[in-house]
Amino acid sequence: MKSLQRIFAIVVKELRQLRRDRVTLGMIAGFPIIQLLLFGYAINMDPRNLHAAVADLSATAASRQFVMDVAHSQVVKITQQASSSEELELLLREGKISVGILIPPDYERRLQQPERAAVQLLIDGSDTVIQGAAAQIAGKSRAAPYNDQPPEVEIRTYFNPERRSPVNTVPGLIGIILTMTMILFTAVAIVRERERGNLELLITTPVRTSELMLAKILPYIGIGLIQVSLVLTVGHLLFHVPLRGSLLDAYTVCLVFIIANLSLGLMISTIARSQFQAMQLTFFILLPSILLSGFMFPFAGMPRTAQIIAEVLPMTHFMRLIRGVVLRGADLSDLASELAILGVFIVVAMTFAVLRFAKRLD
Amino acid sequence: MPDFAIRAHGMSKSFGNVHAVVDFNLNVPRSRIYGFLGPNGSGKSTAIRMLCGLLKPSSGEINVLGLNIPAEAEALRRKVGYMTQRFSMYEDLTVMENLRFMADVFTLPRKLQKSRIGESVSRYELTRLVNQRAGTLSGGQRQRLALAAATLHQPELLFLDEPTSAVDPENRRAFWETLFDLVDEGTTILVSTHYMDEAERCHALAILDHGRLAAEGSPAELSRDINAQVAVVEAPQLRQAGKVLEAQPWVHSTAQIGNTLRVLFDKATPQGNLLIRRTLDEKGIRANEVILARASLEDVFVAATHSSKSDR
Repeated sequence: MKSLQRIFAIVVKELRQLRRDRVTLGMIAGFPIIQLLLFGYAINMDPRNLHAAVADLSATAASRQFVMDVAHSQVVKITQQASSSEELELLLREGKISVGILIPPDYERRLQQPERAAVQLLIDGSDTVIQGAAAQIAGKSRAAPYNDQPPEVEIRTYFNPERRSPVNTVPGLIGIILTMTMILFTAVAIVRERERGNLELLITTPVRTSELMLAKILPYIGIGLIQVSLVLTVGHLLFHVPLRGSLLDAYTVCLVFIIANLSLGLMISTIARSQFQAMQLTFFILLPSILLSGFMFPFAGMPRTAQIIAEVLPMTHFMRLIRGVVLRGADLSDLASELAILGVFIVVAMTFAVLRFAKRLD
Repeated sequence: MPDFAIRAHGMSKSFGNVHAVVDFNLNVPRSRIYGFLGPNGSGKSTAIRMLCGLLKPSSGEINVLGLNIPAEAEALRRKVGYMTQRFSMYEDLTVMENLRFMADVFTLPRKLQKSRIGESVSRYELTRLVNQRAGTLSGGQRQRLALAAATLHQPELLFLDEPTSAVDPENRRAFWETLFDLVDEGTTILVSTHYMDEAERCHALAILDHGRLAAEGSPAELSRDINAQVAVVEAPQLRQAGKVLEAQPWVHSTAQIGNTLRVLFDKATPQGNLLIRRTLDEKGIRANEVILARASLEDVFVAATHSSKSDR
């Protein structure tokens, strides 16, 4: 009985403490609901509405029929028209489309020759799920009137024709590693000083808030770049992940992303009251970063709401940037808007952190 | 140059419904040790934090070293040193690393840093400990390191919030000697404490009780001007004698000190020692001796907090 009494006392104490820790309390309800929504609603392994462009060089009734059939399949959503295969390749490299549909000028003649491919699909292979989904298009068109066969479709997969998983995962993994470590490093940075009592001393010195914030992120920029180098080197040596763009571009993208994550961490650090809360909030960002950014599941397959949420995560923009540079050989001018978004992110998060952190105890 | 290092008028601070400091007036002269004496929760730390700009007062005016606080708190940072109640140096850095860090934060030029750190290390007896991590230091060593760090930039004013709470008497004594050295060099020191023997050492004191200023003056003045009389009673049944006397409306408090009972009672009571003896006689307690005594600082503190309770 005495043992029960002691156990009960500890249980009651735990619950009381939990009730007073609002962040943890929020997480208890928040995590299952968010996971449920993400997995049940947002994540779709069978993506629809992949962005596509058509270069219809035939411009005949039959070719238009083919394009309409493909569009009706809802696997792709035709967002652009192109005038050549080169233009389709450029759009693919820039990440503006996942699928290019090239209908040659002699489309109708090819339809009569079932042994020849009538249409060419140019597919962005930097995401294996997209590769699989886009391949479905091949069987989606109605039979041609000439031979009761659907048009023969030739698939050209760009960037990862062998469909090797590491090629797709390694660049994204850089993002996951940086999201996890960089946010966490700075998220606990200020809270730790507060918990250990160092902050009370530090804020009575002439150190300015902006100086403190900058100094808190500077060392981790170097650490982040070391992590990037490790993943790129090991990825290249062990898994033969190519680097199709320039190394300088890859590092520039990573540098901006590192600073964005560190700023986000600092922002968390000015909100969290304990290191435990800071870790929970970091996890709160990490989870959607893994699931919604396009790292694990294709962005195109997600409903609009999930896509909007994903757009406010630095990881989503990083995924587009790093896959663009590493796998598709895009250069930064092709991806300037994504880089600019990360820049805006840094300014907003840093401003928030500096404004929120007062050199006072009340 | 103002004559006072600190002037505060009507300084108050509330946290929700809790009034931590209430209508506090303060004048701290330069080159003196001024003490805040009060029990835990009396508002000492809150008052110090307001004076150095860490907390924004709910009302009142504060002027520290000629600067309006909290508006000019940033300018004050270079002129003051602050030793927090809790050890706040970096425990995972060595003594030397901590001192260098503080010297850099106060932007001391390299050459000056070297000489100042050298002086501090020897003055605060840290020479043998320079390569030791701060987290492994004893209470007294930590306190010396904290003081060394707080004085590296030679501040005009030093705030010490219960600096000796984790220190043994010998180290405490040595610590106070150092404080007087600093005062001799022109530093003004504001120190909070709940130790009477420490308070006795201050040039002037403010006694705080429930956030209010209960009494102010030098320890000698406070003892002289105490609003009560003190008697020392020697009797066989001291616990019972104490209860009998506590029940009297003219008695403020009693406290047993070894074999004697210290009684604090109304200043207006004539021939108090005879009245005490008679009161005890009536309850069958025969006192061996009842003598009037000089008030100690503890008596002053008890009397001051007693009268501030009556005022409330």
